[in-house]
Amino acid sequence: MKKIWGTAKPTLLITLLLLVAPLRVVAGEVEVLHWWTSGGEAKSVAVLKQLLEKAGHKWKDMAVAGGGGESAMTVLKSRVVSGDAPTAAQIKGPTIQEWGDEGALTNLDAVAKAGNWENLLPKVVSDVMKYNGHYVAVPVNVHRVNWMWANPAVFKKAGAKIPTNWQEFAIAAEKIKQAGLIPVAHGGQPWQDATTFESIVLGIGGADFYRKAFVDLDSKALNSPTMVQSFEVLRTVQQYTDKDAPGRDWNLATAMVIKGEAGMQFMGDWAKGEFTAAGKKPGKDYICMPAPGTAGAFTFNIDSFAMFKVKDKSAKVAQNDLARIIMEPEFQEVFNLNKGSIPARLGMSMAKFDDCAKESSADFVSSSKTGQLVPSMAHGMSTFSSIQGAIYDTVTAFFNSDMSAKDAAAKLDKAVQGAK
Amino acid sequence: MSTQKSQRQWGDYLQAALPKIVVAPTFITTLIFIYGFILWNAWLSFTKSRLLPKYDWAGLIQYERLFANERWWVAAQNLLIFGSLFIGICLLIGILLAILLDQRIRAEGALRTIYLYPMALSFIVTGTAWKWILNPGLGLERLMHEWGFEQFTFNWLVDSEMAIYTVVIAGVWQSSGFVMALFLAGLRGIDDSIIKAAQVDGAGLPRIYRSIIIPSLRPVFFSAIIILSHIAIKSFDLVMALTGGGPGYATDLPATFMYSFAFTRGQLGMGAASAMMMLGAVAAIVVPYLYSELRSTRRG
Amino acid sequence: MVNQGQSSIFSRLAVYGALSLAALYFLTPLFVMLLTSLKTLEDIRSGSLVSWPEEITFEAWQMAWTSACIGVDCGGLKGYFWNSISMVVPAVVISTMIGAINGYVLTQWRFRGSDVFFALLLIGCFIPFQVVLLPMARTLGFLGLAGSIPGLILVHTVYGLAFTTLFFRNFYIAVPDELVKAARIDGAGFFTIFWRILLPISGPIIVVSVIWQFTQIWNDFLFGVVYSAGDKQPITVALNNLVNTSTGIKRYNVDMAAAIIAALPTLFVYFVAGKYFVRGLTAGSVKG
Repeated sequence: MKKIWGTAKPTLLITLLLLVAPLRVVAGEVEVLHWWTSGGEAKSVAVLKQLLEKAGHKWKDMAVAGGGGESAMTVLKSRVVSGDAPTAAQIKGPTIQEWGDEGALTNLDAVAKAGNWENLLPKVVSDVMKYNGHYVAVPVNVHRVNWMWANPAVFKKAGAKIPTNWQEFAIAAEKIKQAGLIPVAHGGQPWQDATTFESIVLGIGGADFYRKAFVDLDSKALNSPTMVQSFEVLRTVQQYTDKDAPGRDWNLATAMVIKGEAGMQFMGDWAKGEFTAAGKKPGKDYICMPAPGTAGAFTFNIDSFAMFKVKDKSAKVAQNDLARIIMEPEFQEVFNLNKGSIPARLGMSMAKFDDCAKESSADFVSSSKTGQLVPSMAHGMSTFSSIQGAIYDTVTAFFNSDMSAKDAAAKLDKAVQGAK
Repeated sequence: MSTQKSQRQWGDYLQAALPKIVVAPTFITTLIFIYGFILWNAWLSFTKSRLLPKYDWAGLIQYERLFANERWWVAAQNLLIFGSLFIGICLLIGILLAILLDQRIRAEGALRTIYLYPMALSFIVTGTAWKWILNPGLGLERLMHEWGFEQFTFNWLVDSEMAIYTVVIAGVWQSSGFVMALFLAGLRGIDDSIIKAAQVDGAGLPRIYRSIIIPSLRPVFFSAIIILSHIAIKSFDLVMALTGGGPGYATDLPATFMYSFAFTRGQLGMGAASAMMMLGAVAAIVVPYLYSELRSTRRG
Repeated sequence: MVNQGQSSIFSRLAVYGALSLAALYFLTPLFVMLLTSLKTLEDIRSGSLVSWPEEITFEAWQMAWTSACIGVDCGGLKGYFWNSISMVVPAVVISTMIGAINGYVLTQWRFRGSDVFFALLLIGCFIPFQVVLLPMARTLGFLGLAGSIPGLILVHTVYGLAFTTLFFRNFYIAVPDELVKAARIDGAGFFTIFWRILLPISGPIIVVSVIWQFTQIWNDFLFGVVYSAGDKQPITVALNNLVNTSTGIKRYNVDMAAAIIAALPTLFVYFVAGKYFVRGLTAGSVKG
């Protein structure tokens, strides 16, 4: 009897608190524009919603599914033009700067100061979140893009070794093909082609070359023998994909690896969510490894919410609360456990995370010291969207035709310079 | 006396002006929401607008960029291929089905509904099904293999050279039934006595169709071509749902090109320039046709 | 209708054969969708595109309607259905009414410039909607209609007017001039003539206009996604979100069921009123 009371009391208290809490604080409404609608992503957003509602605010969901947020960007633009910007929107990388230039973003310095963000965030992350030195966005996670997901059973069956560089890749892929299986699970969509390509460039050219090409957009790097070689490797990879690849969604490609139809997939760590959902264990049922030739290097992709100027005072309070909650360890942990990424804030316990995430977290820190931490081109972290688009166009055109690697490098340079 | 007279005059004026007053709202909305917006877009095409509209004059730079962009020419060429095949095949199937249905067919009502229903569905709805059917690993090709036709290949959807034709297949599927309805209506509107007279003169059925019936359907052709070309130029959902513009950008159309540059990529100025080219194409092809048709009907 | 005296059995068979073949082409996608929506996930994985379901289940339908996840909310399509209805009905009614009166003026009360007006309107049909997205957003914001259903009604009405006007103009042009002239001599006014003479014979073309507008607006995605906010989204937008929302596994059967549910109203309209549609077209709308 006593014991029951013991547990019931706190719950009662919490319930009472929850009932009272909305009355105490200024209840506002946040409208959050995002395109996280699939699998672990949707679960992660639901967590944020709950936490915000616990703080007494109302969550107005504004999910716009489709691709890499193409529809969502259109919606955001017309909302801003019509003078009805959402509270927060899923924007990342240099695009945050573009929105800052338009004068649409709000200042979060007060929240950042109270939350000690300056010390909690690695510099590469906080740089992206600031416009003119002021915080305008909140990071939710750090994805590593240069992963390779392999099914060890397939490799075993084919008698192949899991490759650590691109020469080994060609040998292993050939063996898997001989065994009658699909070497590379790929979805033929421009962003997936680009994701594979950037891992190849990093593996062939190294971090410095990568940075020269995709961050500095240097003509000498873009149209160089190293780039030609990277395109040649991309051609090899393409030849080891199946013919139904064009248009396939990435998670269906991941499913091919899970089911043992295909040997490996080059995809960011969000793919892990699919393995987890299928009940597979890392190290046993599947192996996560840096893409060939990129061990020690790290292409990062940071998801973030940019905060827009809101008129309403209560909405501003809610907005600040949203920013605060996103940075709190509770959210960062749950969210990233669901999404497969690692927390954006430093010094968090990784105890609940799996081995892949632990490796990712360790590499994130070490690569930042060795200068091998580079922004992902394919995920809009290294350039404005216009240049990213120009690179996409060339890579995907190469992937889907019989263009020569030499022409591709020349075209890449021309397209990038033309989009500047 | 005089006030009464002026009141009557007022009433007359009002009566005379009433038709204009009644169409005025439509006229004004057309001017603002169509032509005003086109002008606005034209202005943007001469600026360096990126993410959001900017209004500083920048000359022809966006057009230069557009013409230097390979993807744009793929899109333009695709519209040419898609547009002509789509309109041509829809007209052909439409007329054929209409003529066949006009032969006192038993289940005409049911068949007509079957042909017409795709018009009721958007590609947001049917896109997934089409993707399945056309995908070699899931759809028709696999089915044929399972039925024992091992040599059968149908991989247009994943072939950059052929993918645009799958867009035609799905587009024709949606619209040809509507064209059929237009022609069926036209056939039903033809005076029987003319045909009977021709039959009395000993003309065969194919000849009657060729030299009497089809020429008299000219107004139907007009309506059908206007509607079909409007669908072709605006085709957006179709491509987005079926191929997403892929493989690569092999099935990009001007409408999807414009959307992706103006909205996804933050190159609003260039998107605006591509839209102006689309409007230019419409003006060059549709307006003369419209003009000649409207003139001839007015005379007749 | 063409009379054919000496139709041999062979040519009849050929006609029916061709018609059936066409019917097959038109029915396949719907058939695939329907079949898939009735299968279990296991069934879909093991079977082929057109294989018959091992057991027929309506689970997917129920899920699509009440419990499928659309973004964060897992309430199915239920709520969005009403959004679409409350947007489509006013937009169709208003645009048809204005179209009717425009057509009336353009045929029976021509004035200097009325042909130019018509041509301007007709060319307006061809404007790609992507062009108007941003300026329209600005206008809606200015009118205080951004992100609301009235805003969507306005947009659909404005861009539907060209078509409804075209339909009614082409219909009324076939009305004999004498009819209206006689009424005018009798002293009937502008609206009287419209009410008493033209409207009563307009049944068929009203059906055409309503069907056309209903399907266009119901199926619209672009305006719907851009100009709606949160839980006010029309069903096509919800459908798109639903199809792209997968938790772990992709439920093709639920996707297909949801797609059919989203299409039911337009399908219903075509199946019920399709007969009148062709009749309405016959009644004059195709006479340029």
